[in-house]
Amino acid sequence: MPDINRQSLPLLPLVVQNLSYRVGQKRLLDNINATINSTGVTVVLGANGAGKSLFVRLLHGLLKSDLHAIKWNGRVQDLATRKRQALVFQKPVLLRRSVSANIEFVLKKSLFKPRNANFIQQRDAVLHEAGLFEQRNQPARLLSGGEQQRLALARALATQPEVLILDEPTASLDAATTYQIETRLEQARDQRIKIFLVTHDIAQARRLADDVMFMHGGRLIEHAPANVFFNQPSSEQAKAYLEGRLLF
Amino acid sequence: MQDFSTAFSLAFSLIFNADADLIEIIGLSLSVSFSAVLFSVIIGFPLGAVTAVVRFPGRQVLAIILNALMGLPPVVVGLLVYLVISRAGPLGWLNLLYSPTAMIIAQTILITPIIAALTRQVIEDLHKEYEEQLRSFCVPVPRVVMTLIWDARYSLLTVVLAGFGRAIAEVGAVIVVGGNIDHLTRVMTTAIALETSKGDLALALALGIILLVLALSINAAAYILRGSAQRSAYA
Repeated sequence: MPDINRQSLPLLPLVVQNLSYRVGQKRLLDNINATINSTGVTVVLGANGAGKSLFVRLLHGLLKSDLHAIKWNGRVQDLATRKRQALVFQKPVLLRRSVSANIEFVLKKSLFKPRNANFIQQRDAVLHEAGLFEQRNQPARLLSGGEQQRLALARALATQPEVLILDEPTASLDAATTYQIETRLEQARDQRIKIFLVTHDIAQARRLADDVMFMHGGRLIEHAPANVFFNQPSSEQAKAYLEGRLLF
Repeated sequence: MQDFSTAFSLAFSLIFNADADLIEIIGLSLSVSFSAVLFSVIIGFPLGAVTAVVRFPGRQVLAIILNALMGLPPVVVGLLVYLVISRAGPLGWLNLLYSPTAMIIAQTILITPIIAALTRQVIEDLHKEYEEQLRSFCVPVPRVVMTLIWDARYSLLTVVLAGFGRAIAEVGAVIVVGGNIDHLTRVMTTAIALETSKGDLALALALGIILLVLALSINAAAYILRGSAQRSAYA
């Protein structure tokens, strides 16, 4: 049995087997099966209500699924696997503190650890990288929408995740900010961080995806490499979605 | 009418001449109530926050009890504390009856439920917003509680004030366990009660005016602080 706690063992492959999720009688996710072994960007694509956000929350362990439905390198999702992942929400949840205190929050492993020079240096590096060093003393929640999301992304990356999950991170951002976020994601991919990106934006999926999981009505309709998916989608629903037809 | 105007002018002269008795009474009032608020915050903040954050059996019941205890009648609290610390009571050997310590204990019991119940509400609202993010970061429960208390600090200031307002203004509990002894346990409210019943309206009025000014200025300070916190999106 491999010990996944050892940093040397990767989290991938991710194997999802017969994953369903229901609330009361309503089945919100229906029997999803997938194996993801490649690094790079996996785009989870689909219309609103397809179950995309639910799916990634289950992957991250924020919601509980059947114990054996999700396995990271043979191990069930638990605190140890979640610690090696980070999730960026559509609406950034920023602490009611300064920009730099938001970064410090994740860098500080314990409450009473003193801030030494190394710590400050690390924090400032994160702020510089996010282009938020000038704003470091501002209240985080007074930043613009785009800056807030950049801070949330920088904070997530500061935890040095092996898997980064993003739930529609640019859904309410303009083109320029979306470009900044996407550039940062490409850098993260180059640093061999596995990325799961939830989006309903086909253009964004085309720009970033290495493989695409297309979801509709709580089911995984198609999972294919990006070029295959965009050029020859095998399902009617995916074809319709890519052509911009309405799906019900 | 003559009486009232004399009383008012006497009251103001007491205040402006910083009458020694008056100062002593105000000092004791503030120190008793501040101490009680401090102890209540030490107990009430974590208690309220844990009730808001941690799911444990009986959580709802505890929340209901805390809410119900917010309306504790001060004289009843005074009576209970009296029974415990009077000579025949289980803690009688501590000789606490008719001492400022007894008054602090009674006020602490009186306002801890207020602080805890209001803290629970404030923290619960903030936790709704933070919960998923903190779970995503795998933050352990003690740090979740500390984080929420810190981030809700400006809202909690109002909670502290509610507790302080209740403590400084109540008379029932402190008169039962403190006894309103001159130069020892006489505070503003008990002095007002006594002086009024004696017909010595000047001191009562002077104390009443100061009590009002105190309440107003503390609330104004909190209002200003909270306003500036809101402007910087910390509240």
